[in-house]
Amino acid sequence: MPNVKLHYDIDGNDFTVAGQASSNLKKVLKQLGVSTEVIRKAAISMYEGEINTVIHGKGGAADVEISTDKLIITFTDHGPGIKDISQAMQEGFSTATDEARELGFGAGMGLPNMKKYSDALNISSVLGEGTTVEIIIHLT
Amino acid sequence: MKLQELQTILHATFVTGPDGWEETEVKAACGSDLMSDVLAFVKDQGILLTGLVNPQVIRTAEMMDIKVIVFVRGKVPGEEVIELAKDLDMVILRTENPLYVACGKLYKEGLPGSREDI
Ligand SMILES: Nc1ncnc2c1ncn2[C@@H]1O[C@H](COP(=O)(O)OP(=O)(O)OP(=O)(O)O)[C@@H](O)[C@H]1O
Ligand SMILES: [Mg+2]
Repeated sequence: MPNVKLHYDIDGNDFTVAGQASSNLKKVLKQLGVSTEVIRKAAISMYEGEINTVIHGKGGAADVEISTDKLIITFTDHGPGIKDISQAMQEGFSTATDEARELGFGAGMGLPNMKKYSDALNISSVLGEGTTVEIIIHLT
Repeated sequence: MKLQELQTILHATFVTGPDGWEETEVKAACGSDLMSDVLAFVKDQGILLTGLVNPQVIRTAEMMDIKVIVFVRGKVPGEEVIELAKDLDMVILRTENPLYVACGKLYKEGLPGSREDI
């Protein structure tokens, strides 16, 4: 498989376009002939990350790197940061706003779900400065 | 179950879908107003019944390879939602039934969910 690099800007102010980056990645992976199972894992992880970047990170970017053996997705935002990462990783923990909840999010399931569907999940965050979330999924 | 039968059971209105949608065969369904839970728990159910009508419902379904969405409680999707569904060749139906009733009717007619062993 050729090395592919993709960059997506994620708008933090428009809920209606959230998911466009994930939708595009899913199409690209399909075109590259990636297996259905891997596409499912990648699509879910990417979408959870994209939604988090919108609803918690106030927008940011996603960078995707596809190589022969793995897919690396990196979300970067300059939002409020995460105070306690291990707490954020717990199922059910959420600080989502009412607006996000009205759209059907805020169950505190996103990060645990990303962990479940990826082969590695690395989060680094500085309060008041922002958050970086890296997801690695093996392709083989 | 064929979508035609599902439409009859729910007295559902057709909103959008590719030609021949009535013949689509569905094997299992899920009902939820929480997209977080759909993303975390749904496994190969072909239909989502929901009372939410924002574009994230369509996006969530797209990620989960769900091709059929039934909007319950008489909810009317906006133009952008319908357009998005069209682009993705999804079927959208709507029914006046509330979520519980719509799911119950389909379940009674033999359309299963997941994790029924618990
Ligand atoms: N990019 C981010 N910036 C700041 N805080 C974040 C970010 N991502 C996650 N968090 C924090 O971690 C918590 C848990 O995230 P998680 O995705 O698991 O749940 P959620 O987004 O609140 O709900 P769900 O994903 O089920 O819709 C969030 O509520 C938020 O407090
Ligand atoms: Mg989340």
